[in-house]
Amino acid sequence: MRMLRLLPRRHAEPVSASTPQPAPSSPVARWAPKRVRGDALAALAALILLAAPAAAQIRVDITGGISAPMPIAIPAMPTPAVANTAAGDTAALGKRVAEVVTNNLKNSGLFSPLGPNALSPVAYTQVTAPDFPFWTSTGAQALVQGFVQANGDGTLTVGCYLYDVFAKTELTRQGFVVSPANWRRAAHKCADTVYTRLTGEGPYFDSRVVYVSETGPKNNRTKRLAIMDQDGANHRFLTNGQTIVLTPRFAPNQQTITYMSFANKRPRVYVYNIGSGTQRLVVDQPNMTFAPRFSPDGNHVVFSMAVGGNTDIYRVPVGGGAPQRLTTSPGIDTGASYSPDGSRIVFESDRSGTQQLYVMNADGSNQNRISFGGGRYATPVWSPRGDLIAFTKIGGGFAVGVMSPSGGGEKILTNGWQDEGPSWSPNGRVIMFFRTAQGSGKADLWSVDLTGVNERRVPTPLDGSDPAWGPLLP
Amino acid sequence: MAHLVTKLTLATALVLTAACAKKKPADLPPPPPTAAPTQETPPPPAPTGPTPGSRADFLAQTGTDTIYFATDAYDLDSEDEAVLAKQAAWLQKNPTVNVTVEGHCDERGTREYNLALGDRRANAAKNYLVNNGIGASRISVISYGKERPVAMGSDEAAWAQNRRAVTVVPE
Repeated sequence: MRMLRLLPRRHAEPVSASTPQPAPSSPVARWAPKRVRGDALAALAALILLAAPAAAQIRVDITGGISAPMPIAIPAMPTPAVANTAAGDTAALGKRVAEVVTNNLKNSGLFSPLGPNALSPVAYTQVTAPDFPFWTSTGAQALVQGFVQANGDGTLTVGCYLYDVFAKTELTRQGFVVSPANWRRAAHKCADTVYTRLTGEGPYFDSRVVYVSETGPKNNRTKRLAIMDQDGANHRFLTNGQTIVLTPRFAPNQQTITYMSFANKRPRVYVYNIGSGTQRLVVDQPNMTFAPRFSPDGNHVVFSMAVGGNTDIYRVPVGGGAPQRLTTSPGIDTGASYSPDGSRIVFESDRSGTQQLYVMNADGSNQNRISFGGGRYATPVWSPRGDLIAFTKIGGGFAVGVMSPSGGGEKILTNGWQDEGPSWSPNGRVIMFFRTAQGSGKADLWSVDLTGVNERRVPTPLDGSDPAWGPLLP
Repeated sequence: MAHLVTKLTLATALVLTAACAKKKPADLPPPPPTAAPTQETPPPPAPTGPTPGSRADFLAQTGTDTIYFATDAYDLDSEDEAVLAKQAAWLQKNPTVNVTVEGHCDERGTREYNLALGDRRANAAKNYLVNNGIGASRISVISYGKERPVAMGSDEAAWAQNRRAVTVVPE
């Protein structure tokens, strides 16, 4: 049996918990998966939710320039009884759940899935009693099986089981109770369960992206705010394109977005409530405000304001009030992004003569330059893991890269003509950015793994720019 | 028209009369100017053209509403100042007109930095106008960063056209 190296977790900066805003209750309820009825052997699979076995015997190799994707089998999930739901019948849903899981794992670049379209269906009784000799013959090293069940009260249960094919053991199980409308979230949670168990990384599939959808000629682009699941599903527009909109970012509780709009020819920062569709000005004064972000505790918006030709960074309480000025240099200071513990802010400034990255305390004190790599650096974003800062490097085009918060370890990850505006996945492993084509000016969303591999286009209905990846959904 | 012909004939007559009223010149007076042609000619048209204080009038008087900048820069060169001087003169002559100065960048800057750079450019133009006697409250500024290029290419010629400040007069 081939054992893959168990790799140590990357050392992350300690994250002290600042007081979070209360999260809304989750529409995905955890459920302790029971044995699958009808199979005596399956009865040995405990009624109680077990912790993962202590000796993890398979792990995905996640370092190195070229990773070896792990072959993993994900057949369609059977149903104990076919029942109609608002999202289709449970048999059809079982296949769709497996497709979503397959898609997520494939797009991570770390797995080589055999999905439900490449596999025969499995019987419901096999879900907790896999046919290991068969799975071994497929070349799969890991196996995901599950089921979809209608609960009679309008909800669905999605069971998710992960097996080590070589060792013929169950690695973990998780169950999710959702309304039919949220079936994709159960699939994302299942994929996250599998992914975290096999890579040791944090989850990221159950998350959303807000971005600017673009269309039209280069000299008159129509831009609309849009939101979608990280895999492109459930896409909808939030604004109608009548005014230029730029750089939307999620609040930590994901109920609101902050962004900049040219409404009434007054470019300013707004906070937009996704549920109600209403918005308000963050700072009601005449100067241009832009480049907004929330603090990790959701209590402040940090933003840039241009006063008489000089742009500086300010922060303001989310509820309103007087902005507090954080930078005072005569240079352009913009692009502020908080560290995940909320204690520091990274930003860009051209106070030295060219755009460079600086880190300061969240109150504006102790500003220090961190970029000395011999180029120009912009749009810094602190990883949610705290260990890295992503940025746009400028010089003969734009490229996306990462460096440590002290400025060392610079690594460039992309090589398009203009790759710009990185944003981190919730687990700090994948970076989404936008790529502009030379000449046409057409922009699209792309993502790349932290190791620089798996650079891939993120599908959107129109063109796209300014992506912001939201936190993991609860 | 008939009255114009009459005027010219009368003028001619007056010239001859005037010549006769003085001392007899040594030389013969110059021949009278050729009378206007007898066919009818249309009168000069009533004055038309841009309404004073309008955008068309501004463009006609100043020649251009746009100044240009070097890459990553927001300082005014002599050509910029010449254009702005004409704008200032026009604004002096039309004291009730307020304008917006737009600042723009080429596509080779990042999104947020370009918003700030456009603002620098717009304010550079505004400051010149204010320093040349135009009240600051008459001039608002707006930056479009790289969002509204006029030239669509990805080459030096296009970029040079896009690095600009435009003084917008209401139509």
